[in-house]
Amino acid sequence: MTTNTALKVSSFTVFIMILPWVLNLSSATAYYVDVMIFVAIHSIIGCGLSLLLGYAGQISLGQAAFYGIGAYTSGILTVRMDVNPWFAMAAGIFVASAIATAIGIPTLRLRGHYLAMATLGFGMIVFIVFNEYIALTGGPSGFGNIPPLSLMGHPIESSFSFYYLSWLAAIIVLTASLNIVNSRPGRALRSIHDSDKASASLGINVAMAKVKIFVVSGAFGALAGSLYAHYLTFVNPPAFDVFFSLKVLMIVVIGGIGSVWGAVFGAALLNFLPEWLVFLHDFDVLAYGIILLLVVMFSPQGIYGLLAGAAGYFFKFIRKESDHD
Amino acid sequence: MKKTAFILFLSVFFFVLSTASGWAADNEPYKIGAIVAVTGNASFLGDPQRNTLEMVVDIINEEGGINGRPVELVLYDTESNASRAVTLARRLITRDNVLAVVGPSTSGESMAVIPVVNRAEVPMIAFGASTRIAEPVEERKWVFKVVPGDDLAIRLKYDYMKRNGIDKIAIATASTDYGISGRQHMRELAPEYDIDIVFDDTYGPGETDLTALLTRIRGTEAQAIINWSIGRTQIVITRNWKQLGMTIPLYQSYGFGSARNIEMAEGAAEGVIVPVSRIVIADLIADDDPHAPVVKRYKRLYEERFNEGVSVFGGHAWDAMFQLRDALAEVGPNRSAIREYMENISGFVGNNSIFNRSPQDHVGLDMDAYVMVKVKDGDWAIIDE
Repeated sequence: MTTNTALKVSSFTVFIMILPWVLNLSSATAYYVDVMIFVAIHSIIGCGLSLLLGYAGQISLGQAAFYGIGAYTSGILTVRMDVNPWFAMAAGIFVASAIATAIGIPTLRLRGHYLAMATLGFGMIVFIVFNEYIALTGGPSGFGNIPPLSLMGHPIESSFSFYYLSWLAAIIVLTASLNIVNSRPGRALRSIHDSDKASASLGINVAMAKVKIFVVSGAFGALAGSLYAHYLTFVNPPAFDVFFSLKVLMIVVIGGIGSVWGAVFGAALLNFLPEWLVFLHDFDVLAYGIILLLVVMFSPQGIYGLLAGAAGYFFKFIRKESDHD
Repeated sequence: MKKTAFILFLSVFFFVLSTASGWAADNEPYKIGAIVAVTGNASFLGDPQRNTLEMVVDIINEEGGINGRPVELVLYDTESNASRAVTLARRLITRDNVLAVVGPSTSGESMAVIPVVNRAEVPMIAFGASTRIAEPVEERKWVFKVVPGDDLAIRLKYDYMKRNGIDKIAIATASTDYGISGRQHMRELAPEYDIDIVFDDTYGPGETDLTALLTRIRGTEAQAIINWSIGRTQIVITRNWKQLGMTIPLYQSYGFGSARNIEMAEGAAEGVIVPVSRIVIADLIADDDPHAPVVKRYKRLYEERFNEGVSVFGGHAWDAMFQLRDALAEVGPNRSAIREYMENISGFVGNNSIFNRSPQDHVGLDMDAYVMVKVKDGDWAIIDE
């Protein structure tokens, strides 16, 4: 990790640590802590897709499947088999990684629309399993009473404690992703993004690199899903449908393709926007759509691109000013 | 100069405004929160519920509020999404500081919100149908329900069947939340009524032809069919049943209880037997029925105001809101006192029959919540025994 990214991550961590205390000062903003939990969960799954889409250039419309696999594995193991929640979480990540490997090897040979279709199909199959394998998943009704995660005998139940847990996970994922990006495999992925053939000629095992990053994105998705299950303590299939896959895609695109940070910004916007638009009542959905459309139209680099541009301009301005002194 | 005068004017204006609202504090409204699925795939539930909630709040305020205090409804749309429902419930509780929560519309959303209200100790009256919402009652301290469970409708059906000499039945259910729940209860309750389920199969909610399933039922000893689904499949099975000229009666779930379904079946629904809520047959209810004043009033007011047919789902919102009004009038703005009042409510007449709750039962309804009706000459007819 370069010093620059290390600085960014640590200042972001400080910001996240202070935020709930500030939000709790006013009863008008206290519940933003709950919104921030979903921002953390969506950032985690978003980081996975960001690596896959933004760096390796491989689209996936099936991320909700990994999210669901993580959530259901956690739920089923803890409720039906009384497994420790932490172990169940690890099991969920393992199962999702295994499935991602099995799915990734054949599908990542596909390109463009075909890859999108294959992942979309995969997402639908998993959704059908959640719906129809009633004995295991509770079917369309889902099931509840999922125990909370606990630390040294203390259940992590309150919004406040879950906030820190989910952001701890999100920051670990973010740091890991930034490290992947700035490593040799990360550079290999970016070269695959531009050209498979050129990368292969440089000695990169293209197929292997794609599968690896797909597995990473699946594992992140499962981690997010497991957090979701333990936070809500209830799972049912609609949370893992194709629309959620599209939401993850939106998070990455709106946040800014080509930067892992984009996923965090995208998750923040997509979760806070509905809260701010509530006053519009029936028109909130319309305004939501228009705002997202405007972001995509006028800032193809997403919010991160917009902010990075603004920050760059600002620092340049400062430097110029100080040069004059 | 002009600018200063303008700013001065503005500050005075806002100062007056702020003190004015300060004076109003004695008359501060009772805040009630609502989370319903106005949009998304459960909007057929949330839309009439939103309408009804707004209408009931207007009625209460026109009547002078509760103990002289107006009621304020803070309503959010869950988009039929469980995680959104959780966030909005937290918003209602911490930001809007509501006295009680009504909704969410679906069972899934209700289940997800239960831990939130239990932890925050805020009474919630859910509109979901699943029996799991109010059971086990030890884990549902702050949760109440106004929707009669599937089990009650099934008991009524089984009871009716037994009296008509039916003891072998075929059940067909859709593989949806609604269908699965119905199937579970039908299987659980059958032994209690000495009813033998000789055929049991499920089908997808998108099925457009169920002839094959009905043909297989014809090969069994079943004396009646119970179909448990919602939406188009209940029309499909009705038509197929007619087309095959089947002679054993077809019983539908209460989801069939809408005049539109009879219309869409285009004559095939003749003879279909359904347990329905009273609101569906408001015009057929005798005037001396204790439910008549409530059900008829709701139907008239709703249809006048919104120019669309009244629905069972909106009726839940009516019941919940008036129960809260009674609670507030009696105990005032105190969450745990409201909870206690709700838990011991008795003799409350609503659209869903008469509520008699207890610490062991957070629903408070019995078989009387449904009435058995038969489709006759393209309309409902109450089955008199």
